[in-house]
Amino acid sequence: MNDFTPIPAFVGGALIGLAASLLLLTHGKIAGISGLYGGLLRRGTSDRAFRFWFLAGLIVAGGLVRVTFPAAFASSWSATLPVVLVAGLLVGFGTQLGNGCTSGHGVCGISRLSVRSLIATATFMLTGFATVFIVRHLIEGVR
Amino acid sequence: MKRNAAAFGAGALFALGLAISGMTKPSKIMGFLDIAGHWDASLAFVMLGAIAVHFVAYRVIIRRSAPLFDTKFHVPTRKDIEPRLVLGAALFGVGWALGGFCPGPGLVAAGGGSLHAAVFLIGMTLGMLVEHVAARAVDRPKAA
Repeated sequence: MNDFTPIPAFVGGALIGLAASLLLLTHGKIAGISGLYGGLLRRGTSDRAFRFWFLAGLIVAGGLVRVTFPAAFASSWSATLPVVLVAGLLVGFGTQLGNGCTSGHGVCGISRLSVRSLIATATFMLTGFATVFIVRHLIEGVR
Repeated sequence: MKRNAAAFGAGALFALGLAISGMTKPSKIMGFLDIAGHWDASLAFVMLGAIAVHFVAYRVIIRRSAPLFDTKFHVPTRKDIEPRLVLGAALFGVGWALGGFCPGPGLVAAGGGSLHAAVFLIGMTLGMLVEHVAARAVDRPKAA
């Protein structure tokens, strides 16, 4: 069970917006995590260095957060490992097909008022709501 | 050197924002997506905070003739709504709701030692590679 935490959410969100702005100011790039990561998996991507270092920043900071603020990872719910693997496959395939995820479409794209990103964000929110409804209330609820 | 440090710093700041906002916990994602349960609107406030800052900063930054370490901005300009944009986003939403991870929090939580996040990233990497192979097979031009 989670409590509604609007203030840390808004403050953390503002830092995410600031980080995206920093990447735009320094490298002129969109902070879309799936796009940055996917580009590293492609042959012929020319701008590998900044992708690598941005993603390294995410991972290393994750390690530092674990040491200083472990509560950030204290999730009261987790899927089973096989479900998490399937979830990863869908996220990987879907974000490459749809050119973005929560960061690239949801934060950066909406900030630019991109119609493509608005449609993508509305779509993944809707299928996300529908999936949780089906899994939690129709499948698990019946058991 | 400065270029890479700036990218690393931006990534680390992004991770800090995700951690402070609670988005590194799949339970917070599920709390938001479970509208018929005990709904937790926190994720909407994360989006609001991020968009409030980036909406303004984007408009200020993009007025420059170039970013600090490049000769031009690389901002998407496409406006076409194709089926694969919607289909891809739809599949992403299903995966997001099944595992409680999207790519950013997945990387941060894996860095924080989460086995679930590491397994999620293995799946995500495979899913991306499959899409790249499929895209080449259909021989359609990819947007960067």
